[in-house]
Amino acid sequence: MTVETFSGAERILEPSAGALLRRRVFGHAGFMIGAAIILAILAAALLAPWLAPHDPYAQDLTRRLVPPVWDAKGSWLDPLGTDQLGRDYLSRLLFGARISLLIGFSAALISGLIGTGLGLCAGYFGGRVDMVASFVVTTRLAMPVVLVALAVVALAGGSLHIVVAVLGLLLWDRFAVVTRAATHQVRQLDYVAAARATGCSTARIILAEILPNIMNALIVIATIEMANAILLDAALSFLGLGVQPPLPDWGLMVAEGKEYMFFSPWVIAIPGLALFTLVLAINLVGDGLRDLAAPENRN
Amino acid sequence: MLAFALKRLALALLVALTVSIISFSLLRLSGDLAQALAGPSATAADVEAVRKAYGLDQPLWVQYLAWARQALHGDLGTSFFFKEPVAAMIAARLPVTMTLGVSALLFALLVALPLGILAALKPNSWVDRLALTLSVVGQALPSFWFALMLMILFGLKLRWLPISGTASWKSFVMPAIALGYYGMPTFMRLTRAGMMEVLASDYIRTARAKGLRAPAILLKHALRNAIVPVVAVAAVQLGFFLGGSIVIESVFALHGVGYLGWESISRADFPVVQAIVLVLALFYIVLTLLADLLNAFLDPRIRVG
Amino acid sequence: MIGEPILEVEGLDVVIPLLAGTLRPVRDLAFAVARGETFCIVGESGCGKSLTALALMNLLPRRARRSARRLRFAGTDLARLDERRMADLRGDRIAMIFQEPMTALNPAYTIGNQLEEAMLRHRRVSRAEARDRAIFLLEKVGITAASSRLRQYPHQLSGGLRQRVMIAMALMCGPELIIADEPTTALDVTIQAQILHLLAALQREFRMAVILITHDLGIVARVADRVAVMYAGQIVETGAVADIFARPMHPYTQGLLRCIPVPGRTRRGAHLGSIPGLVPSLMGELAGCGFRNRCVYASPPCAAGGIGLVPLSPQRAYRCLLPPRECAANAAAAAAP
Repeated sequence: MTVETFSGAERILEPSAGALLRRRVFGHAGFMIGAAIILAILAAALLAPWLAPHDPYAQDLTRRLVPPVWDAKGSWLDPLGTDQLGRDYLSRLLFGARISLLIGFSAALISGLIGTGLGLCAGYFGGRVDMVASFVVTTRLAMPVVLVALAVVALAGGSLHIVVAVLGLLLWDRFAVVTRAATHQVRQLDYVAAARATGCSTARIILAEILPNIMNALIVIATIEMANAILLDAALSFLGLGVQPPLPDWGLMVAEGKEYMFFSPWVIAIPGLALFTLVLAINLVGDGLRDLAAPENRN
Repeated sequence: MLAFALKRLALALLVALTVSIISFSLLRLSGDLAQALAGPSATAADVEAVRKAYGLDQPLWVQYLAWARQALHGDLGTSFFFKEPVAAMIAARLPVTMTLGVSALLFALLVALPLGILAALKPNSWVDRLALTLSVVGQALPSFWFALMLMILFGLKLRWLPISGTASWKSFVMPAIALGYYGMPTFMRLTRAGMMEVLASDYIRTARAKGLRAPAILLKHALRNAIVPVVAVAAVQLGFFLGGSIVIESVFALHGVGYLGWESISRADFPVVQAIVLVLALFYIVLTLLADLLNAFLDPRIRVG
Repeated sequence: MIGEPILEVEGLDVVIPLLAGTLRPVRDLAFAVARGETFCIVGESGCGKSLTALALMNLLPRRARRSARRLRFAGTDLARLDERRMADLRGDRIAMIFQEPMTALNPAYTIGNQLEEAMLRHRRVSRAEARDRAIFLLEKVGITAASSRLRQYPHQLSGGLRQRVMIAMALMCGPELIIADEPTTALDVTIQAQILHLLAALQREFRMAVILITHDLGIVARVADRVAVMYAGQIVETGAVADIFARPMHPYTQGLLRCIPVPGRTRRGAHLGSIPGLVPSLMGELAGCGFRNRCVYASPPCAAGGIGLVPLSPQRAYRCLLPPRECAANAAAAAAP
């Protein structure tokens, strides 16, 4: 609706676009909370060597399963207690953040490259290419992810690289589906037709005209897949077929603490909560980005 | 409708074929089969004899065809570890996984549908906020950890439910919740979004203009249309539940297909792993096919073209 | 107006609270409709005419609020009716026809189901009786092979057929008042004429009152008894249709009439009128005349205060500061070749 003004006093003061965006970003509680948590975890991961009170791998068999500081038997020596091998839990938790973030970022990056490439081709070229791409996506969806990931990791060995590669190679379907739909839509728009008419190359059109326009959607998917990769990695580690001990992976910490959980519940509660918090924060940021990118979808 | 069904069926068959090739390759990639079959103490001559006897000296595509022919006749090979037919092993464990998958689906739907509908009826109310919170939390909970927490609470502290085994229906309560909770947010968001869209549609206004009462509008005109996408996704989600039950089965020591798969991977019993991948993928393919057909059947625009 | 009024409206307001302020798309509306007459509300899109129709039915969007000093239908005070009692009236004594026949029918149910439902809700009849009534009415609205149509789904029907079904649906309980909101806008021109003729014929046959909402003065000229011209949420002129077309008083009405070609009077190739400018924002209160930014006769006093309706006769009123004589002179000057 056009704002027609009758007199100066009635004029509706329109804030600038930048100010509006800032207000929306800072006014979006979920996004702000999520971003703050992620920044905090990122800082903890980067500063782990300085923040950690102990070496995360140093065992002290005389101080096994010491409860956290809030317990009557806890002490400030190990603020979050120790595990079954007497390793300081806080230190392991801090170093574990590195693994989760690394796996999340790298797996999302790999799957993003695969999925976006496939989706761009399918959406841009359509026809046969599209049919082949949708067949590939359907086939990928039919494979039971956890089982295949477990089997491949078991065959190839449980190093960090392998786990990242396997997750990256398995989680690209959503990228492909969303990129395909978005590309298909953008392709119909006038300015892409104009670019084609002026003789721009296909690669140029895809990179310069289409990709920037689907970036919003891609970033949102990236947060979803990052969260997914972190959860899947944790599940693989928990089943003993992901990254291997003594790495302080949060999923592995839950697995190792499982035997002791009935008497020392904190050994599984703490790494689990850490996982939950990180994934929650990533999801909050993803939801927030989606809301902020498409305000008309909110009600 | 028929053309649509045939097209879907063709795609499903093609995907099944591809999946079978992938799972076949999985076994071949796992190492020298002849060596594995002959056992660790076999001599080089023994291994060669086994290789000949099992046709492992043939080109790969010949081996695939032979394997596929057997698979079509229900013969999925023999376990390295138990020396038993794999098909029988899977069949024995399938009921547990199916029970788990179906009850997880029921749990997810029972929670998600009413919450999604209420949230759509009163956007931004406390129900809506509760639904949103549950779904945000649900998508962030590591399922194995949630399962362990349930065990500590209901199994250990309250002692309401058994923490492992398959002795009675009670054994399935916690696993179903732990597995179903992960799928619930999808259903809830879908129900809420579908319901909101339908409630804002012109035909709901027409129904109100006829003087229909709120329950009739909701149950007859709104729900019917809002539920269609949920039905389709429910079938697909069941496929995911069956494939993803491996984590939950291992936490609760439920001896289903997923648990068998996990154990077999640990024992390097790859004929079993291969067969499970194939069976779970086939389940998923059949379920998505059913979902597509059901979707088409529920929508007269596709059914009566 | 001839005969007793079936609907009386006074001081009808619709407000929509938004983040940026309060939208007031319908302001202080007053009109009455007699039994058996056709009353047209005409105006350009966004003037509040559709919201007026929804407000009468109490079918406004969730966020919109309605208030009225007087809202009487056949002796019943609609403003005081709770939703339950209002629902009893809707589809029974007051029916509505919507603009979009393509989306106004539920895609999941057959035509028959949706027609019968309207009657089963309000009358104690069997499904078979409702079906007979549906077949009778489908034939009335010119649909052949009515009984086989009942088994069809909306997507199998063309837009014109669907709008006929919508009309039949509105007639199921024999309403005393039909509110038709742009019933022909979404249809082809040839179908438009058929549907209008049909509505007019049915109205005579069943002696219903019709409130027809449209942006098309051609339609008004063909079917209306009386007309109200709406602009920026207000009625700016009202009267008998012949009167309005012969002697438009308000500059906006005059502008609207200039925009339609008249066979025999408008020369081929002659410039048709247009009204420059845009509808004002409907946020908050209007200061002065809502039309003054687009009005060639505007003067400084037009910017101040509220401008009331000037009655010319019991049937005729307009909302302008210009005295009647000047308005008539303007109209005559504009009509001159």
